[in-house]
Amino acid sequence: MLTGTILYAIINSAILALTAIGFNLTFGISGVANFAYGAFYVMAAYGVWMLIHMAHLPYPLAVLISISLTTLAGALMYRFVIIRIKGQTLSEVIATFGIGLSVLELFRYFGFVGFEYTLPVFVDKSFLIGDAYVDAQRLLIVAFAVVLIIALWLFTHYTHLGLAFRGIAQDERTSLTFGMDPDRIARMAVSFGAGLAAIAATVIVPLGSISPEEGYDVLIKALAVCIIGGLGSSGGVIIASVVIGFAERFTDSYIGSHWTMIVSLAALLLVLVIKPSGIFGKQKELEERI
Amino acid sequence: MKTRKERIDRGIKARSQDIFVLCSWREMLYLAGPRLLPVVVCLALPLVLSVYWQKVLISVAVFALLAISWDILSQSGMISLGQALFFGTGAYCAGIMNHYWGFSPLITLPLAALFGGLISTVLLLPVLRLRGVYFSMVTLIIPLMLVRVIEATKIFGGTEGLSGMDPLPSAGFEVYLIVIVFLAVLFGFRRLMDSDYGLVLKGISDNDRSVINAGINIYWFKAQALFIAASIGAFAGAFMTHVYMFVGMPVFALDYSILPIAAAVVGGPGTLAGAAMGAFILVPLSELLRGIGGLRIVFYGVFLVVCIVALPEGVFHYMERKYHQFERWVEVEK
Amino acid sequence: MSTEPLLETVRLSKAFGGVQALLNVSFAIMPGELLGVIGPNGSGKTTLVNLITRFVKPTSGKVLYKGSPIHHLPPHQIVRLGIARTFQMVRPFYQLPAFKNMIIPLYSPRAKGLVGGRYGDRDAMALDLLEEVGFERDSFVAYKPAGALPQGYLKRLELAKAIALQPDLVILDELFSGLSLAEVASIVPIIEKMRIQGKTIIMIEHRLRELFRIADRVIVMNYGSKIADGPPDAVMEDDAVKCAYLGSETDSGD
Repeated sequence: MLTGTILYAIINSAILALTAIGFNLTFGISGVANFAYGAFYVMAAYGVWMLIHMAHLPYPLAVLISISLTTLAGALMYRFVIIRIKGQTLSEVIATFGIGLSVLELFRYFGFVGFEYTLPVFVDKSFLIGDAYVDAQRLLIVAFAVVLIIALWLFTHYTHLGLAFRGIAQDERTSLTFGMDPDRIARMAVSFGAGLAAIAATVIVPLGSISPEEGYDVLIKALAVCIIGGLGSSGGVIIASVVIGFAERFTDSYIGSHWTMIVSLAALLLVLVIKPSGIFGKQKELEERI
Repeated sequence: MKTRKERIDRGIKARSQDIFVLCSWREMLYLAGPRLLPVVVCLALPLVLSVYWQKVLISVAVFALLAISWDILSQSGMISLGQALFFGTGAYCAGIMNHYWGFSPLITLPLAALFGGLISTVLLLPVLRLRGVYFSMVTLIIPLMLVRVIEATKIFGGTEGLSGMDPLPSAGFEVYLIVIVFLAVLFGFRRLMDSDYGLVLKGISDNDRSVINAGINIYWFKAQALFIAASIGAFAGAFMTHVYMFVGMPVFALDYSILPIAAAVVGGPGTLAGAAMGAFILVPLSELLRGIGGLRIVFYGVFLVVCIVALPEGVFHYMERKYHQFERWVEVEK
Repeated sequence: MSTEPLLETVRLSKAFGGVQALLNVSFAIMPGELLGVIGPNGSGKTTLVNLITRFVKPTSGKVLYKGSPIHHLPPHQIVRLGIARTFQMVRPFYQLPAFKNMIIPLYSPRAKGLVGGRYGDRDAMALDLLEEVGFERDSFVAYKPAGALPQGYLKRLELAKAIALQPDLVILDELFSGLSLAEVASIVPIIEKMRIQGKTIIMIEHRLRELFRIADRVIVMNYGSKIADGPPDAVMEDDAVKCAYLGSETDSGD
C-alpha cells in the first residue's frame, strides 16, 4: 500500500509539474499571466486526435504537428492580442481569459465531449513495482518531466537565448540597454509556454479522455502550483508539485478521495497566509508584496 | 491639407456647472436628465413588460449588481475573475438559512449579503497583501475548487443542491425589490467612489506606495472595498436563490464570473454606470441569442477580447463624451 | 532643546541578496535639527530612508523614534507616528487636479486626528496647503491636472503632501534633483519656514552648495557605511570624504 501510494504520489507530482511549468515559464519571463493556458493544453490534445482520426496521420507525426501548431498559436496570440495591451494588467488578464474561454467553449459547442476522445498511449505495457501495478505511460510521464526540467535548466543556463530569457526576466530595462528586444523575447516566452502545455497534453492525456473541463482543470492546477511555489520560480514549481502531489495522493489513500480538493485548497490558502509570495517567491518579494 | 478632430465642451455644460445650474430649467434638466432617465425607465419597465421579460429584467439587474461589484473591485486595483464566488456564497448562505433554519426571505436576504460578504472577504484576505495578477488567479481558483468540495463531500445537498426555498411574497415585489436595490447600489456607490474615500481606493490601484506614505493602512481599505463588493454580489446570489427556490452547484458557474466582466468592459470600466449599462445591453442580447445555446459563452469571450483590445473606452464613456462635447473637423496647416 | 534624540538608528544593516547596501549605520538627530545626508550614487542614502520608513525591512539593527523602537512597525504606522517622507521619483496621480492629489494625505488618520475635516472641507485645506508651498492662488495652477505640471511644481506638491501629514520629522529624498537654480531658490524658504515651525528635517541631497547653506549637520555615506558626521565645514575637511566624494564632485550634479 505504502509503496504504491508513494509511487503514485511521484507520478502525480510529475503530472502537476508538467502542467504548471509552461505557465510558470511564460509568467517568469514576460510577466504575462496566460489565462488561456488550459485552452492551449486542450487544443493540443484535440489537435492530435483530429490529425489521427480525420487526417489519418501516424501518431508520432500528429504529435509533432500538433505541438508546433500550438506553439504557433501562442505566438499569434501574443502578436495580435497581447502586444496591444502589454503592461496593463487588467486588459492582459481579461483578454487571455476571454480567449481561453472562447476556445474551450467552442470545443464544447462542437460536441467534443465523450469517451471516444482519447489518445493512444506511447507504450502499452505495465509493470509490477513493489506491490503496485504501474503502466508504462505513467512511468514515461515521470521520466519525461525529469528530462524536460533538466533540459529547461540547461537551456536557460547555457544557451544565448536562454540567458536572454533570464536577463529579461530579471530586469527588462537593463536588458534593453544590451540590445535585447523584450517584445521578441516575450512573444517567444508566450509561445514556448503554449508549446510546453501542448507537450504536457500529449503525454498526460492518454491516461484519460479529452474534454473542455480538462482545460479549466489544468488551468486551476497550474495556477495553484505556481502560487504555492512562487510565481516565476522554477524551483518553486518543482517543490510545490511534490508537496501537492504527495498531499493529494496520501489523502486519497488514507482519508478519502473526496478530501483531495479540500487539501489542495487548504494548502493554497495556508501558503498565502504564511508566505504570500509562495515558497520560493523570495527574489520578487519586493515588487509583488507591498 | 490635413484636418484634425477637435472636441469642445458644449455651452450648456459650462453653464450648468456649480451653482449656475440653478439659472434655468433647461440647465437643470441637462444635469438631471441622464440621472432621472434610468430611474424612471427602471421603475416603469415592470409595469409594461410581459412576465417573461420581467424575468429578463430581474436577471439584468442581478448581473448589473455583479458588474458594479466587479467595477468597485477593479477601481480599487483588484481584478476579479471570480464574481461567482460572491454570488455563490451569498446564494448558499440564503439557502442554508432558509432550508435548515426556516428564516423568512426578508431576513435571509440582508443576512446573506452580510455573511456572504464576510466569508468571501475572509477567504480572499491573504491575497490582499500581494500585487498584480495574484488576486485574479485566486479568485478564479476558489469558486471552481469550492464546487469540487461540495461535489465530493456532499455537504449542503451535494450535487443535488437544496430545493424548496420559500419564494418572495409576490412577483411584483420580486421585480421592484431587485430594481430598487440596483438603483440604490448604483447611485449610492457612484457617490461613494466620487468621495474622498473613493479617491483613496482609486489611489491604491494607481500608486499604492504613495497611499501607504500618507499613513493609510491599504490592507484595511482594500478589505473594506472587497467586503462592499462581495456583499453586493452575495445579495444578488441570495436573491436568485429565492427566485429559483433552489440553490446548487451552478451558482459557482463561470457564467456568473464572465458575464459581469463582459458587461463592465463593454459599458466602460471605472464609472459603475458603465458596468450597469453593459448589463442592460448584454443580458437581453443573450436572451435573444438563447437559440445558439453553448455558443453564448464563446460569444462573450470573443466580445470581451475585441472590446478590451479595440474599444477599451466602453459605451458609457462614448455617450458621456457625445453628451457633453461636440466635435468638428478643423484644418491644420501643413 | 532636549538632549533626547528624536530619531536614532543603531547599527542598521541591509543586504539585498549578496549586495550589502547598508552596513552598521548609526546616527541620531535632535529635535529641530536639519540633517543633511550626502554621498556618491549607490552609497545607500535612499536605502537608509527606506529602512527608517520601513518600506524595506532591515536585515539587522534598530531604529528608535522618541526613544522607542519602530523598526518592527508597518510603514503606515510609522507615518502615523509623525515621520513623513517625499520620494525621489515623484509619481502623482496624473489625471487628477493637483489639489485632489492632496486629499489622500489629508484623509489619513493622522491628518484627520490633528486637523479634522469633512468631505468638501478637504478641498479647501488642500488649496491652502498648496498656496503655502507656492502654488499661486491667482493663477489657478492648483486646479491643473498633475500630469500637466512642470517638475518644480511636482516637487512642491510632494512637499505639500508631506506637510499635510503634520509630521514632526520630515525626510526629503533628493528634493532638489532635477530643478533649476531659481526653482531651488524658491523652495529653500519653504524649508526654512518648516524649521521655524519646529519641524525636524533630514535631507538627502546631491546639490551640496544649496544644502550646506541650510544644514546644521551633515552625514557622509559611502559604500553603505557612514564615513563622516559633523558640521558642513568640518565634514568637507575630512580626508576620507574628500577621497570618496569630492574627487567626483564635478560629475555628481545629476
